[in-house]
Amino acid sequence: MSTVTEAAGSTGGTPGTAPDDGTGGAPPRPRRLLRQLRRNRLAFAGAVIAVVFIVAALAAPLIAPYDPARTDFGSALAPPGWSHWLGTDDLGRDQLSRIIHGARASMQVGVLAVALAFVVGVPLGLVAGYYGRFADSLVSRITDTLLAFPFLVLAVGLAAVLGPSLLNATIAIGVSLVPQVIRVMRAETLRLKHLDYVGAAIASGGSDGTVLARHILPNAASALLVQATVGVPTAIIGEALLSFLGLGVQPPEPSLGVMLSSAQPYIAAAPWMAVFPGLAIVAATLAFNLFGDGLRDVLDPRGVTR
Amino acid sequence: MTRYVLRRLGQSALTLVLVSIVVFVGVRAMPGDTARALAGEETTPKALEAIRQEYGLDQNIAVQYGRYVENAVTGDLGTSARTGLPVVDGIFDALPVTLELALLSLLLAVVVGIGAGVIAAVRRGRPAEWVANTVALLGLSIPNFWLGIVLILGLAIAVPVFAASGFVPFGDDPLENLRRMVLPVVVLGSGLAAVVMRQTRAAMLESLSADYVRTARSKGLAPHQVIGTHALRNSLVTVVTVLGLQLGHLISGAVVTEQIFVLPGFGKLMIDAVFTRDYAMVQGVVLFTATGYILVNLAVDLLYSVIDPRIRLGGAQ
Repeated sequence: MSTVTEAAGSTGGTPGTAPDDGTGGAPPRPRRLLRQLRRNRLAFAGAVIAVVFIVAALAAPLIAPYDPARTDFGSALAPPGWSHWLGTDDLGRDQLSRIIHGARASMQVGVLAVALAFVVGVPLGLVAGYYGRFADSLVSRITDTLLAFPFLVLAVGLAAVLGPSLLNATIAIGVSLVPQVIRVMRAETLRLKHLDYVGAAIASGGSDGTVLARHILPNAASALLVQATVGVPTAIIGEALLSFLGLGVQPPEPSLGVMLSSAQPYIAAAPWMAVFPGLAIVAATLAFNLFGDGLRDVLDPRGVTR
Repeated sequence: MTRYVLRRLGQSALTLVLVSIVVFVGVRAMPGDTARALAGEETTPKALEAIRQEYGLDQNIAVQYGRYVENAVTGDLGTSARTGLPVVDGIFDALPVTLELALLSLLLAVVVGIGAGVIAAVRRGRPAEWVANTVALLGLSIPNFWLGIVLILGLAIAVPVFAASGFVPFGDDPLENLRRMVLPVVVLGSGLAAVVMRQTRAAMLESLSADYVRTARSKGLAPHQVIGTHALRNSLVTVVTVLGLQLGHLISGAVVTEQIFVLPGFGKLMIDAVFTRDYAMVQGVVLFTATGYILVNLAVDLLYSVIDPRIRLGGAQ
């Protein structure tokens, strides 16, 4: 959640400024924003779950009941019960502890991949949309080339060349999010730069930097927010997916994807091995999606005035 | 219009060249001897020499690239180290499976996604919007590979309605083919439908609050005309862009879906190739996928310009 706003804010330098499209939406201040968010119960629930998930990721060694790597063949494939709340896996490792530790890999990738995508994508999209011509062609070729490698294809290629690892998975996910950020930023810039108030800003002597940072970027905020909203959970799912396929986190390191993949042979005998790590992924992505939706509703004056 | 199409073709050609360079350099950037990597398990000195000859690895890099492009254009993507058959044969055996899976999923996503998006926007604040939003959020938040596992658990093991794995060619038995495709298509199409729905809804909400829609309403047009002709048409620009961007996810999703349901498609070919160190196959599949992606993207952009003339005219300046 904080990643979303930070990622959007760091690139523009105008955090907390609401898009102003002339419909008279007053810029929500942080406190008002919080109050409005609290009123949206789903978004608030999302924020709470997201915070729990982040805390679990940060404090994993402190709160996990067991060592996630400790095997105990005596209690292998134990169903959920008092000693192991979410059961154990085929090596007798505690599922809850592995999920808590797995959240670390998820969060790490979620934050880093989206940050990578925004740091690269937003400036490129702005420049391409605003200056057009050569800059636009250049950025478009970069985008098209990146786009031509779907993230799994890219991840497969990276894994083949550099070997499978969490870092390579993060790069593959981050790079795969870049084109979407560029395209949305470019499209928004194209749409906004022809509006009268931008023309007025240019006519009154505003420098390119001022126009981009004060007039175009803030008005693209809701569109960028949609992208970031989709970005963090996409990255979390991406990490689980690559780890599931053996291209991300390597066993025995805990990851939600690795857990799902090792659950497959036991799906009929020990369904909890597949159900709980999956539920954790769903809860995390759902939480970030709900929070993002709520944030967008608050930040988007079009939604408020309707 | 012709000028725009020509320009777009030129751009695609340029991207294709960039992509081929990336793939070419990528394979040669692998640590160790490229010939050894391309040979796979089979590493007799004689075999290595044959590979060096075939790929021209003893010559300078520009000559190598020239030969690589020449081979690729004539349909020679090398020989699979695993099967000993041409890479192209492997690709064309797998392609129909993936295409069927992808097209059916796309159909599901467009029909369900646009329909639900329009309903959610038009019925803002009513139960229909709430239901559509909730389902879309779940669709976005449930990873497709987990959905696959759960569906197998529920509808193939617990209540065996559908098959958990395997593929029957459509030509052999159309009904059995479709029966086996239901779960994979739901798994692959649901996430995409959610994305399409959310974008449609967002774009429709924006269109519906625009002045020209108010004008259309005050002219006395029927609601379905306002929504269909004015609001939806303008919203489609965003939706088509997003759909184009989602094609990568569709390909990625197909890879996983095939892996879970053991479908002999493109993705399974690629993953198997990585884990058996069949680099010629990896290189061939990556290049083929990227090329296919560029061509589809070209088609999407041309479609984009048909929907919104401003883009065509702006691009032709």
